[in-house]
Amino acid sequence: MSGTTPFFEIRNLHAKTEDKPILKGVNLTVNPGETHALMGPNGSGKSTLANVIMGNPVYEVTDGEVIFQGQNILEMDPDERARLGLFLAFQYPVAIPGISVAKFLKGAADARFGQGNVKTGPFLKQVREDMDYLEMDKSFINRSLNDGFSGGEKKRMEILQMLTLKPSLAVMDETDSGLDIDALRIVSKGVNRMVGPDFGLLVITHYERILQYIKPGFLHVLMDGQVAMSGGPELVKEVEKSGYDWIREKFGKEVLV
Amino acid sequence: MSNTETMYKLETDSKLVQEYKYGFVTEVETDELPKGLNEDIIRAISAKKGEPDWMTEWRLKAFRRWQTMREPHWAKVDYPPVDYQDIRYYSAPKSAGTGGDGHGVDPELAKTFEKLGIPLNERDRLSGVAVDVVFDSVSVATTHREKLAKQGIVFCSMSEAIRTHGDLVRKYLGSVVPPGDNFYAALNSAVFSDGSFCFIPKGVRCPVDLSTYFRINAADSGQFERTLIVAEEGAYVSYIEGCTAPQRDNNQLHAAVVELIALDDAQIKYSTVQNWYAGDANGVGGIYNFVTKRGHCRGPRSRISWTQAEVGAAITWKYPSVILEGADSVGEFYSVAFTNKKMQADTGTKMIHIGPNTKSTIISKGISAEESVNSYRGMVQVLPTALNARNHTCCDSMLIGDKCFANTYPVIEVETSTAITEHEATTAKISEEQLFYVRSRGIDEESATSMIVNGFCKDVFKELPLEFSVEAIKLLELKLEHSVG
Ligand SMILES: Nc1ncnc2c1ncn2[C@@H]1O[C@H](COP(=O)(O)OP(=O)(O)OP(=O)(O)O)[C@@H](O)[C@H]1O
Ligand SMILES: [Mg+2]
Repeated sequence: MSGTTPFFEIRNLHAKTEDKPILKGVNLTVNPGETHALMGPNGSGKSTLANVIMGNPVYEVTDGEVIFQGQNILEMDPDERARLGLFLAFQYPVAIPGISVAKFLKGAADARFGQGNVKTGPFLKQVREDMDYLEMDKSFINRSLNDGFSGGEKKRMEILQMLTLKPSLAVMDETDSGLDIDALRIVSKGVNRMVGPDFGLLVITHYERILQYIKPGFLHVLMDGQVAMSGGPELVKEVEKSGYDWIREKFGKEVLV
Repeated sequence: MSNTETMYKLETDSKLVQEYKYGFVTEVETDELPKGLNEDIIRAISAKKGEPDWMTEWRLKAFRRWQTMREPHWAKVDYPPVDYQDIRYYSAPKSAGTGGDGHGVDPELAKTFEKLGIPLNERDRLSGVAVDVVFDSVSVATTHREKLAKQGIVFCSMSEAIRTHGDLVRKYLGSVVPPGDNFYAALNSAVFSDGSFCFIPKGVRCPVDLSTYFRINAADSGQFERTLIVAEEGAYVSYIEGCTAPQRDNNQLHAAVVELIALDDAQIKYSTVQNWYAGDANGVGGIYNFVTKRGHCRGPRSRISWTQAEVGAAITWKYPSVILEGADSVGEFYSVAFTNKKMQADTGTKMIHIGPNTKSTIISKGISAEESVNSYRGMVQVLPTALNARNHTCCDSMLIGDKCFANTYPVIEVETSTAITEHEATTAKISEEQLFYVRSRGIDEESATSMIVNGFCKDVFKELPLEFSVEAIKLLELKLEHSVG
């Protein structure tokens, strides 16, 4: 892609917790309209990358940049990043006891779009429609957020939040894990509603099956805190078939398929 | 929850801007007694109120008792000695009237209460609530009286009740909290100036919430109100108490006594939002809130619940309790205590199980921020007669920042093998994981904190009457705004 201000670009990103380096120079670019898949063995740093992109203070960035809409967002608070249009669907969504889904979504939408721009009536109507679309029971709107939700219900709730907040770049961290076949189809349907020329998506997954619904144009393999290999969608089949060992063997040589 | 309710909850999220918007002073001419405490002062208070001799004697007896007592110091609070001779025990606005029905109230006072959101004017008033307002030492107005009187309900100021319903007052006053109960109760019994009296006769369900609003205005006076609520057989009443005071540099003493009596099958719900001035960031000024509140489930199947949102006062010493004497009676305590700045709160409850099959529930949520200290002190006592008694206690503390403290002192004494008591307690820093999750949706740190804290308090707030719970949530948000970051 051309242009001097990239839409979303990770440059040489290094991050650690306490004294353990986890990300060791990640480079990755997502342009508007593109869907990228990120795979990699357990513990390779995928969730850490997602969290660092969103600004989780648990991780310390030691080097590199994350450019979003022309700005280095690493200096920004997580909430500022979200208001700018960044979204993370968590691998393990957190429960907020005592706060209803309606109240939470309204608070988030007020923050993202400005309080005066979100009228309660039409807003709740839209949320109910989206819930319908995601085949969620209406009663969820008054339940405490993620409190006592099943794994699959939590994942749907993440997608509901994404539909509500309309980000321009979303990172989905293993949203497919633990979903049954129907739920996977429904969640994918929700995600595909977001996909379009102005929307960038990074899908972290271990399985090919979600990529049959959400078609990525690019695949990256993260190993030991670095992108060890990047390629087109055909690489997915390769990983699914042969695992990561062969990439590990080649790792270090800058592999491009 | 209905759609409208959901929306109502959302619409009330607006933020207030001032830190303590109740901190203003009303300019009124006052009728005062000199500072200090002796038998003459007590006689003078009693005379000003036109009390019968038995009442004057009752006060004097309490005073003599008080002189033999010592200020308690077992609570986890720390403050310089109080000079009880440097306090004014009676201060009343000259034009207050004597606790009438709200007509002819001094316009200056009416304005004050309007500013506080308590219109005294009949037509502006919330239709679902009857209000008694106490300004310094006296009640200035009680609303909805006629309507209530038709059902035999008495709702008036304590001074008036002593004059007009002397027998009832005499029968019940001090029967739950005897004058010698503790130091502050004795002091209150000697000098109490006003408060509310509610009497709900047999079989009557009080159609509106009864409410008292306490306002301390005068600079160096204390407030010693006395509230007495009696629900006869099968009666029901929901009672609400609110309090504020001007922002001043000196500490002011508030030592109230509240007594609740529930006869057979009666139910009393008592809710408080306490927002006394808490002092400034350096701990200068603020109200000392030393309160004795106790309910007595006298008859079988009676029920008393205390719900409190304690967000103000420099120091709080308060343990609303229930004596569960009637068989199958139920006592409940739901509390949110928020402290910030240099506030100190030592609060909790006592559930005393005497009758068989008595049940009690305790839910306490303490939130400490900045340099405050927040302690829960609870006692569950199950006497040998309380066969099959049940208690469930849950007390959770949340810390915001690392200069604040939370303590819990639960005591459970069980003297029968048939009782079941459960106790859960947690103390944790506000969860970083939750904060990050909420913030990742665009909500700033302050609002995220406030959201998480409100969720934490939900089990208590839902026990408050709706409008009051909205008020409590707003207050908490407001307080948190200045404690985060
Ligand atoms: N907060 C933390 N504290 C300590 N170690 C951490 C923390 N977060 C991540 N790590 C470590 O960093 C490494 C990468 O973890 P991460 O969760 O990013 O892996 P992942 O690629 O998402 O794995 P999975 O596929 O299992 O989800 C792991 O060894 C993990 O234990
Ligand atoms: Mg992960």
